[in-house]
Amino acid sequence: MPYVDPARVRYRQRKAWRDAAIGIVSLIVTATVVTLIVVRTPGWPAVQETFFNPEAFAESFPGLLEAFWLNVRIFLIAEPLILIVGLTVALVRRLRSPIFLPLRIIATVYVDVFRGVPTLLVILLLGFGVPALQLQGAPDEVLVWGVVALVLSYGAYVAEVFRAGIDSVHPSQRMAARSLGLSSWQTNRYVVLPQAVRNVTPPLLNDFISLQKDTALVSVLGPIEVLRRAQIDASFTFNYTPYVAAACLFIALTIPMTRFTDWLQARQRRQRGSGFAT
Amino acid sequence: MHRRSLVVAALAASGLLLAACAQESSGGASSTAPAPESSSAASSSAAPSPSETADECAPDNLALVNAGQLTIGTDSPAYPPYFVDDDPTNGQGFESAVAYAVAEGLGFTPDQVAWTIVPFNKSYAPGAKDFDFDINQISITPERAEVVTFSDGYYTVNQAVIALADSPIASATSLAQLKDAKLGAQVGTTSLKYIEDFIQPNSDIFVYNDTNDAKSALKNGQIDGIVVDLPTAYYITAVEIPKGKIVGQFPAQEGGEQFGMLFQKDNPLVGCVNKVLTELKDSGELQAIQDEWLAGESAPYFTE
Repeated sequence: MPYVDPARVRYRQRKAWRDAAIGIVSLIVTATVVTLIVVRTPGWPAVQETFFNPEAFAESFPGLLEAFWLNVRIFLIAEPLILIVGLTVALVRRLRSPIFLPLRIIATVYVDVFRGVPTLLVILLLGFGVPALQLQGAPDEVLVWGVVALVLSYGAYVAEVFRAGIDSVHPSQRMAARSLGLSSWQTNRYVVLPQAVRNVTPPLLNDFISLQKDTALVSVLGPIEVLRRAQIDASFTFNYTPYVAAACLFIALTIPMTRFTDWLQARQRRQRGSGFAT
Repeated sequence: MHRRSLVVAALAASGLLLAACAQESSGGASSTAPAPESSSAASSSAAPSPSETADECAPDNLALVNAGQLTIGTDSPAYPPYFVDDDPTNGQGFESAVAYAVAEGLGFTPDQVAWTIVPFNKSYAPGAKDFDFDINQISITPERAEVVTFSDGYYTVNQAVIALADSPIASATSLAQLKDAKLGAQVGTTSLKYIEDFIQPNSDIFVYNDTNDAKSALKNGQIDGIVVDLPTAYYITAVEIPKGKIVGQFPAQEGGEQFGMLFQKDNPLVGCVNKVLTELKDSGELQAIQDEWLAGESAPYFTE
């Protein structure tokens, strides 16, 4: 640790406190003003009654929580598969040997098609289309097809994220690794991918969060997940509050995940021991 | 300027959400907030008394969404036998015919009737409605009637189970025999409620965006049966899935399940529409429309 003037430390602390105080006051004032504006609109009582009704919230919440477990399961199963598909496709697209041309073409077409097609259509096509083929031995469980569709759709996005990550690693890293005698595989495994993955963690997380919400799309095939449950409750009571309750559940899942990734990245930075930390 | 208003809007939206989440978790802190005065006062005097003069229901005196024309909403696709060819303006199909009969009773010519597409989910959204009434096989329930105003019922509906003729449940005669079946229904329908309340199946219930998806799943063998209202069941088994069969219909409920037209809460127009409906019922015209478009034969009733 280099020497730091104590007066300077005190100054910094005072400034930190003052900044925090200003921030909090500004936050409270803004929140109050916005709330007042919203609450004073002529339609607010009706909106409050239809969207933020405590009784409707309490009534629908247990059922929503139960249905949300299905979303969580779909997500937990799909996510690892997506990572595998995405990474595989990204690596295939980086293969340079001419013998792999067919594989490269398949990977490129896959990414082009599945990134361009709406996820909903992929789900409908697989969930209703494939069973209609009456293939022998094909699973008729709709959830299987829902998950497969999500994996195919998100796999294409994630493949591109990984590819960008791999491209972001400077070529000198690869050359240095090869000149040290590492094989092509070892270079990828120990030098390129660790840096690539670290570089793309934020966009990957973005896709995960998007996936959490898109698990709701599987409901078109019939299973009752949280958004469908909310829709059912809403249509019986003509009150939209269950949707708000479902949104709170999604947020409750997303926020801890974002914080966890922030923490993970901060830890990685510390472990890499950057010499220029204060 | 434009950007600033966007920011304000975004802030307002997030403020709304935050307020909601905070409010709900604090457990009804706002439940003491009184209902808006205007609506509670109006509801007590909602329906005009039937003795009032015909003038109040004359087309010129009605408070309409668009002056001079009757704007009627329904969803799209609009399914047979309630609508034909997804075209409510042709007067064909039960609900289209009823809507035009009501319009005529109110004194509108067919030219003065305008149709607008109203997704079911949108029909009960707060705020001003862009239709005078919505006719879309909407069942009248007390919970719904707190948010919107319904006309008198124009059809008493019953729910039925459809299966493929070679399905194991095709010969079921009681609700108990359906307990192990995989059953599906369209979201938001009372059909779904019937599965939940009267069959309580052991496996999960499948819920679809619309009847078409439910039919696909049935044909694919993904589910054993679907529950729809009886007229729809007749249409599906007669026209769309010839291999399908009506297994049976649910025992009729006390008071019956009624389809009603949906109005903006406390819209005074409902009084005039109800008067016309009463005339149509008394003259037998409603029954004639029903006989024309909805099959008269009956399916076997399930025993408990």
